Amino acid sequence: MLMHFQADQAPADQAHAAGTPVLALEGITKAFPGVKALDGVSLRLYSGEVTALVGENGAGKSTVVKTLTGIYQPDGGAILVDGAPVQFPTAQDAARSGVTAIHQETVLFDELSVAENIFLGHAPRWRFGLIDWRSMQARAGEILRGIGAEIDPATRLRDLGIANKHLVAIARALSVDARVVIMDEPTAALSHKEIEELYELVEKLKAQGKAILFISHKFDEIFRIADRYTVFRDGQFIGDGLISEIDEAALVKMMVGRDVSQVFPDRQSAPGEEVLQVVGYSHPTEFDEIGFSLKRGEILGFYGLVGAGRSEFMQALFGITRPSKGVTKIEGELAVVRSPAEAIAQGIVYVPEDRGQQGAITAMPIFQNVTLPSLGRTSRRGFLKLAEEFRLAREYTERLDLRAASLDTPVGSLSGGNQQKVVIAKWLATKPRVIILDEPTKGIDIGSKAAVHEFMAELAAQGLAVIMVSSEIPEILGMSDRVIVMREGRIAAELEGDDLTPETLVRHAAGI
Amino acid sequence: MLQRLISSREALLLGAIAVLLALIATRFPGFIAPGNLAHVFNDTSPLILLAIGQMIVILTKCIDLSVAANLALTGMVVAMINVSFPGVPVAVILAVALALGTLMGMVNGLLVWKLQIPPIVVTLGTMTIFRGIIFLISDGKWVNSHEMSEGFKAFPRAELLGLPMLSWVALVAVAVFAVVMTRTRLGRAFYAVGGNPHAAVYTGLDVGRTQFWAFTISGALAGITGYLWVSRYAVAYVDIAGGFELDVVAACVIGGISIAGGVGTVGGALLGALFLGVIKNALPVVDISPFWQLAISGAAIIIAVAVNARAARVKGRIILKSAEQAA
Repeated sequence: MLMHFQADQAPADQAHAAGTPVLALEGITKAFPGVKALDGVSLRLYSGEVTALVGENGAGKSTVVKTLTGIYQPDGGAILVDGAPVQFPTAQDAARSGVTAIHQETVLFDELSVAENIFLGHAPRWRFGLIDWRSMQARAGEILRGIGAEIDPATRLRDLGIANKHLVAIARALSVDARVVIMDEPTAALSHKEIEELYELVEKLKAQGKAILFISHKFDEIFRIADRYTVFRDGQFIGDGLISEIDEAALVKMMVGRDVSQVFPDRQSAPGEEVLQVVGYSHPTEFDEIGFSLKRGEILGFYGLVGAGRSEFMQALFGITRPSKGVTKIEGELAVVRSPAEAIAQGIVYVPEDRGQQGAITAMPIFQNVTLPSLGRTSRRGFLKLAEEFRLAREYTERLDLRAASLDTPVGSLSGGNQQKVVIAKWLATKPRVIILDEPTKGIDIGSKAAVHEFMAELAAQGLAVIMVSSEIPEILGMSDRVIVMREGRIAAELEGDDLTPETLVRHAAGI
Repeated sequence: MLQRLISSREALLLGAIAVLLALIATRFPGFIAPGNLAHVFNDTSPLILLAIGQMIVILTKCIDLSVAANLALTGMVVAMINVSFPGVPVAVILAVALALGTLMGMVNGLLVWKLQIPPIVVTLGTMTIFRGIIFLISDGKWVNSHEMSEGFKAFPRAELLGLPMLSWVALVAVAVFAVVMTRTRLGRAFYAVGGNPHAAVYTGLDVGRTQFWAFTISGALAGITGYLWVSRYAVAYVDIAGGFELDVVAACVIGGISIAGGVGTVGGALLGALFLGVIKNALPVVDISPFWQLAISGAAIIIAVAVNARAARVKGRIILKSAEQAA
């Protein structure tokens, strides 16, 4: 068995019996402010073979896809096509070299026909640049038949079901004489039967000699259709080899077996009495029979793959959506939560994942952002007491060590880290009993991450009950007293103590 | 602080109005006599009233195109009441106008809130419906000056401390809504909902309900203005204030109210309306044809939007630490 755990080691040469890779990345580095997304990674794709790219969220898979398709420019390293170095300054250049991607969320146009969607941007033309509709229709039909899709190219896209839309996306990817096809979580939105059809399609593409990069979290599917694997972790190349020479356990170990690079605050957790009890929360399409209890001073982690229904459940708990069934008890009392306003009144607050979109109101001054959910306490009969507002805003911004010229400053003019502090101050000012943090450190740099972790520990120490939704295994392991793993809308496991290991988390989340 | 005051949109607009007045004064000095300025203000009062309502609606990321039709329908109804029951006191007429306008605003608000129809579609529809109702109840006939009672016509002209009632109503509305927007929870909610609807939801605000209140206020102001308009011009017919909704939106845009929502002040709406009012009143006296008048109003709108867009760009995120200190 060939495995390479060293980041700086080159890919195994013995495994490359298939000759020169169609497309190869060698020592690619890509940094964003504060984050090194890719650190000298290598990836090789061979004609007629499926290579699975495996890694946790944040391992650098998406960045690699964007580098391969000309959306990002690498800071260092080389891209080789048939062994010759090339550059992809734009997405068109990548397409011209035969690299094409089918994205997680397919980018198609509902109001255009199937043929137009397939050839948008590179339609066959007559003289004077007019579109040759007839040959476009004919070629679209050819491509669709080639992948076994029975779709009339003249159909409007909006009239197709999700699975057929996906086939159109694949046809679009193939319409540019693709040699390399990148499939980024292609089965995420498909039913069981559709997934089988996709596997057949992948086999067809292999037979046509295309090199396929297959990105997936699902181990069953990786072992079913991939010929090779490449593992990334934290933006580093960990190892690669033939699927036939590795098993699931070894692959999981390569994925998560990290040396702990992050330091988490040392917590003496001493959970107090029960604050929140959730019983049988269900939703027709998103989650089923979610139940747990939460104590004062406890940090409860929610782990799962993207799309496991964690955020959807939290939104129901916070009253944004209504569960079809289920009961919430706060300190033993039945709590009615039909809207966010009622949740806040009951002492439950939710710090959403997308702080840009769902967090701060950037045109508003700092103090108004902070007091927005607490206006009940800083107003009388609908009239605001500005002095009270300033006092409250000052108290909580100072607690978070927020530095700004004045509390009158619009939040939009603050740096990202400071905006985050405003959002957190806003929620603390409501004096909550339960705080739900959805991906609290997503997209922020290491330094700020440590500050957020420190702060979470402090909140718990003050007796607040914390629910932390996170997709990062180190964060889940480093911060939680207890972890609930969700898979496909259900609780897959509740783990604590010695059961809490990277392997158990991944196993329960992926269902292996 | 001083710098912020000078660079604020309101100050910029006030400066623009001053420059405009100075230019007009070089050709027609009488224009800037206090008496004439008071006249210009009075003439602009209906626009000010509607612009305040429209500003609140635009703040919540909506638009109300039905204000002029609301005004016309309310005006027609109170005029017909006056014709049939000349004895009904002005106070009652005002109450009826306020109630009727409010009701129409609520209809808009409910359609936006409960059925989630885009506001531009809702108000385009109700605009046509309101005009249609005027036609139905009036048979397309005019209510003329001689049919109206003296008391009915006298109210907007009645003077208090040298200013006509019409001006006073506008001034009171400016004062009341300046307080509402800056000192009440409802006012704060308008800014929050328009500034970032997603974030507003998480802070416990009901976006739809807040938009409902914005339309309700806009309707109430249009209703009051309906009576004032009809009694001032002493005539009511189907097409009064036709196209006036566009002047109202224009006043808001010139006044720095962001069409994207969440940014704007009562002062901005007031100054935007006055800017248009000055142009409309001045151009005839400085002998510029009405065609130029339209072109100049249009140019003012585009310039205002361009200036606002620039201001918004400059206000992007400051990344450099040194720049953050300086700002």
